[in-house]
Amino acid sequence: MPSLHPILQFLQDTSFATAIREGDSLFPWIECVHVLAITFVVGSIIAVDLRLLGLASRDRRFSRLNAEIVPLTWSAFAVALTSGFLLFSAKAVQYAANLSFELKMALLLLAGLNMAVFQLLTIRGVRAWDSGPATPLSAKLAGGLSLSLWIGVVICGRIIGFTMTDISS
Amino acid sequence: MLDVFCHWLQATPLSLLISTHFWIIPALQTVHILAIASVISSAFMIDLRLIGLVRGEQPADEFAARFLPFIWWPLPILALTGALLISAEPARSLENPSFGIKMALLLGAITVTLLYQHRAAHLGRALRVGIGCMSLLLWTGIVLAGRWIAYTQP
Repeated sequence: MPSLHPILQFLQDTSFATAIREGDSLFPWIECVHVLAITFVVGSIIAVDLRLLGLASRDRRFSRLNAEIVPLTWSAFAVALTSGFLLFSAKAVQYAANLSFELKMALLLLAGLNMAVFQLLTIRGVRAWDSGPATPLSAKLAGGLSLSLWIGVVICGRIIGFTMTDISS
Repeated sequence: MLDVFCHWLQATPLSLLISTHFWIIPALQTVHILAIASVISSAFMIDLRLIGLVRGEQPADEFAARFLPFIWWPLPILALTGALLISAEPARSLENPSFGIKMALLLGAITVTLLYQHRAAHLGRALRVGIGCMSLLLWTGIVLAGRWIAYTQP
């Protein structure tokens, strides 16, 4: 991506990015926070997905489960995003050229889109299936897509560790 | 002694199979992380409820009972994928201080989880908050120590 290169280089040259890249343990500590936040994000989203698929929490109202879990998911996502951005900044040029990283971002975008469609459209009809274990096809589709996309995000994230030079796997 | 065991394990056909197929290790790690995601999200939900940061219409023990299976059933998956990862590169973890810390914290986390699983309904507020905080810290420590295994290789 030649047009993005100056921006990536600028980001990478900022004092915080340099400190993360050159520090002894800053990168691993931020990575720890990133992994911790992601485990919560992915685990909690999968809990909602399984309810949408009718595979778990079948006796819970969907709207209650959603209200109970999703605000926490967003908080953890904010932490994952911030820590992820800091990690990215340390080697912005190299990450941007990494296929697994690009794929991870694409999958994240799709997961966000899927969620937006669900929260804006599908959930309008929630009253019809809120309390029963059976969910409509649109809800199952949203849950199944979300589940697959987030598993894809984890797979790509892990592969980044093996395809970036200089970074411990 | 541990060194001898590591060398023996590394020469087994299973270890050779895993370490000579480049995709097996990331695949095992992905399954390991997904199982941890189930444990962490469930444990944190319970912990935040015990501490009182999450309000539910259910009492703490009923709330915990809903999430507990998602802590317990991934544990065998974690043990299996973890054992396979160790067999591929035994010295990377068995001789690694971070791995030892992770296992010690895991023992603590399991003990605390069992404690509130059986006692959550009878605990006073202060004790509930204390146990919630302890569980939160232990599970956090497990993830951190796990990530540090990659950086403190012997």
